Amino acid sequence: MSPTPVPPEPPSSQAAVTGRGNEAAATRRPGSCTELFIVFTRLALQGFGGVLPVAQRELVERERWLTAPQFLELLALSQVLPGPNVINLSLMVGQRFLGLRGALSAMAGMLCVPMVGVLLLAALAAQGQRHAMVTGALRGMGIVSAGLITATALKLASPLKRSPLSLPGAVLLGAASFVAVGLLRWPLVAVVFGLGGLAFGWAAWRIGAQAPAPGAPAPGDRPPKDPRDV
Amino acid sequence: MSEPATFLPSLLLGPLQLTPADWAALFGHFLMLSLLAVGGAITTAPDMQRYVVGERHWLTEAQFSGSVALAQAAPGPNVLFVAVVGYNIGGLLGVVATMAGTLLPSTLLTLRASHWNAQYARSRGVRALHAGLAPITLGLLAATGWILFEPAAADWRSSLLVAGTIALTLRWRVSPLWPIACGALVGALGWVG
Repeated sequence: MSPTPVPPEPPSSQAAVTGRGNEAAATRRPGSCTELFIVFTRLALQGFGGVLPVAQRELVERERWLTAPQFLELLALSQVLPGPNVINLSLMVGQRFLGLRGALSAMAGMLCVPMVGVLLLAALAAQGQRHAMVTGALRGMGIVSAGLITATALKLASPLKRSPLSLPGAVLLGAASFVAVGLLRWPLVAVVFGLGGLAFGWAAWRIGAQAPAPGAPAPGDRPPKDPRDV
Repeated sequence: MSEPATFLPSLLLGPLQLTPADWAALFGHFLMLSLLAVGGAITTAPDMQRYVVGERHWLTEAQFSGSVALAQAAPGPNVLFVAVVGYNIGGLLGVVATMAGTLLPSTLLTLRASHWNAQYARSRGVRALHAGLAPITLGLLAATGWILFEPAAADWRSSLLVAGTIALTLRWRVSPLWPIACGALVGALGWVG
């Protein structure tokens, strides 16, 4: 869980993009869009409660399409961007090897088969709504989900100790967004732009004040998110 | 099973008979949420619930929580809870509207952004964005946990179940499948909520 600063992009990863293989990168590459689709389907179907740890294992260790630093770099980018992180990651992996077609194949692999499965479950549950046992089971699962998601938030909280906002500042911001969205039910757009804008400005100012040497590991870097990625 | 005459329309368009304006609003709201998903799709759940339950009354609180729970119980990326919410609102067309809304903006942005390199990820602006949004992401995750729990909060056994899940997950990192199966079991037996 400790933040691993992404090293400067080695020339070899450029070679991987352009197809000039390099032994140091030690990577293979997917041969076709079908292969991308199949590998991403396989990894999505292993992901109960989050796909990210499986993605790391499959893409880096099993398929060796990416080195660990390359994976971390794509992960960091996928988390800067809005939207579902693992979907962003699959798009970037696919695009890296086979362009737009690759990106769409990887995303389709991530989504198609699991979506059919979850929708079948949803249709069954909707049919069973009149049965007290089905609604009761869904209620029980909802309560457990609440616990799982809260536990994820708690697990991810420890890196805030190194936040450039200082721990009390970060806790204050987290608590404020919880109150605004969870209790007061303010629209997310107001909170992300209002509190987020404030936090961004504050962090930029603090990071500027710390003035790290260029290229030095940044103490404020957000570490890779918990692999369970709720 | 419902009557065959109502089953097919309900499968395709959902049980609610949404107007074209409703469909546009549904799609539009999910388009916006896509760009606000700062820490993964699940952080938009509180706002999604505020909109589809509180403002539009398309789903009940229990249906919304059940949708998220179902998606968590099944394998696949977490964003699929959006598909289940869409299905429960508007059948298969609801899935298309919500999933397309959720994926389109972020996909276009990601495809444009992939030439950004590691240097960019270490720039002061992006680091400040990370550092600033990290606590907000956690606040939103906690809010998601709260809105899923709130309908059952009055029941002490539900509080016990949540506390047990948190303790189990933090202490032993078990696969989420087991606590969810336990939740389904005690729920089906009518012991919680």
